[in-house]
Amino acid sequence: MDTVACIKRVPDTGAKLTLTDDEQEIDTSHLGFTISPHEECAVEEAIQVADDHDGTATVMSLGSVDADEQLRTGLAMTADEATLLETDGEEWRPRETAAALADALSADSGTDPEFDLLLFGNESADVANHQVGVRVAERLDMPFVAGVSDLTIEDGIAVAERDVTGGTEVYELDLPAAVGVKEGLNQPRYASMRAKMQARKQSIGRQDPVAGEFDGGIEKVRLEAPESTEGAAEVLGEGPDAVPAVVDLLRDDLEVI
Amino acid sequence: MILSLVEHAGGRPEETSLEALTLARELATATDAALEAVAFGAESAALGEKIGDYGVETLHHVGDERLDTYAPEAWAESIAQLLDATDPEAVVAPGTDRGQEVLAHVGARRDLPMAANCLDVEAGDVYELSRQRWGGSLVEHACLDSDTKLVTVAEHEFSPETAAEPTDTSVQPFEPSLDESAFRVTVDRVEESDETGVSLGEARVVVGGGRGVGDPEDYDKLETLADSLSGTVGASRAAVNEGWRPHDDQIGQTGTKISPDLYVACGISGAVQHMVGCKGADNILAINTDPEAAIMQKADYAVVGDLHEVVPELNDALADER
Repeated sequence: MDTVACIKRVPDTGAKLTLTDDEQEIDTSHLGFTISPHEECAVEEAIQVADDHDGTATVMSLGSVDADEQLRTGLAMTADEATLLETDGEEWRPRETAAALADALSADSGTDPEFDLLLFGNESADVANHQVGVRVAERLDMPFVAGVSDLTIEDGIAVAERDVTGGTEVYELDLPAAVGVKEGLNQPRYASMRAKMQARKQSIGRQDPVAGEFDGGIEKVRLEAPESTEGAAEVLGEGPDAVPAVVDLLRDDLEVI
Repeated sequence: MILSLVEHAGGRPEETSLEALTLARELATATDAALEAVAFGAESAALGEKIGDYGVETLHHVGDERLDTYAPEAWAESIAQLLDATDPEAVVAPGTDRGQEVLAHVGARRDLPMAANCLDVEAGDVYELSRQRWGGSLVEHACLDSDTKLVTVAEHEFSPETAAEPTDTSVQPFEPSLDESAFRVTVDRVEESDETGVSLGEARVVVGGGRGVGDPEDYDKLETLADSLSGTVGASRAAVNEGWRPHDDQIGQTGTKISPDLYVACGISGAVQHMVGCKGADNILAINTDPEAAIMQKADYAVVGDLHEVVPELNDALADER
């Protein structure tokens, strides 16, 4: 059973998001990059399912050549193959992204067409458009469930669970199927140093993405980092000596005792 | 006309759908358009009496008994056919799992762009809108250009408001043509949670532990503190990644978003990923050894100190209070 996990390279944010002067993107000059968190779980699941069912796991990304770093992370986690739909680094919009992924994934595009399970993150960490997975699944005429927190493959069926208030919805999808997964689905493995070294030598398939033409769309104008309303916290004290002040606060001001 | 998707439980509208209706009505009012709604399942007809307060003139009630169970493609296909029949300027849905998923399917089926998790939308030929990125840490100002605009509304960013004058909602059955393939994805069953106690998302007091806790055993101290404040324990992504706590406990962009009266953040640095999840807290008390940690700028109150010393002392003091 072959699997494909679609991933996105995103900044690894720390304590504060700072914008570039033109307010078009996050200033990443002091940041590293990572696989979008939900998608780390998509990669882990793709590998586990392929391992359990004697298939191959592929990681695929649409992005600049820098996204090789994230594809190699996928390979180091022991994905079998990696494909980059290489762009010039401009931010692609969701319809165009979905069209290009579907084109690359579909049988007549020349890539490996045979897969049974297609995994996306529920939404990307950065832009969070919440739609690329659905649009790809529609183009490939595959069933799709978003928000998946647990996944089991049995007898040609994907049993997908989604958390709802007070419980879990269970869906049963005939394979081939597509899912949008959430962090917590599994515990993504850490790649060993040796695996990372080996991944550096593996080849990454490259394709020019085919976007297609769309009327209208959503166009970013600028980004804004909302002002934090508060200044520094009111320091109640240092160490255990602060406890009486904390108790006063909890009792008198916050009334939680 | 502006069309809004209303989710409901047994004919009672969900809070998030009322939020979406509020934004949809603002759009309708600004363009002098009618506000209409669509809802699914036999019980949705009862919504007619509930959403007139929000200014809904017409409820398109899709009562096909197969739709008593949620089926995303069938919902989307119904809405797509309703678009063909009524040609609304926009469809507004709540930014829930279902809302995002269904509207994305509609977008795919009618080749329409969609703007997810909107905070504010200004009507016009092209909509000028703001929407959440990075789980709400950043706002994107964007233009949405489309014949029919698809918009989902960020959850719990504003309170639902009823219309100045209530409307008598006319309930009209809508019968889409749905073949069996539209039901290939459907909720097979619902398994109820056997968890007891307060859920993280609903707790009035949350005690969170981050990397500074250092050891899974030391969460006992936080459990004791949470118990004495009738609260529950959460964790940062760093702590969950260490394997100290299950992902269900994670507070943050890719975990649970909390909105307690008090959040006690212990040994948590205050990364963006985490703060997105706790910005709904009315008050944040940080306990951290590092006075320069980002959390110290974002909390309301702070104790500079080691949680391993401060929390047990606090637990003792709270025991004495009783």
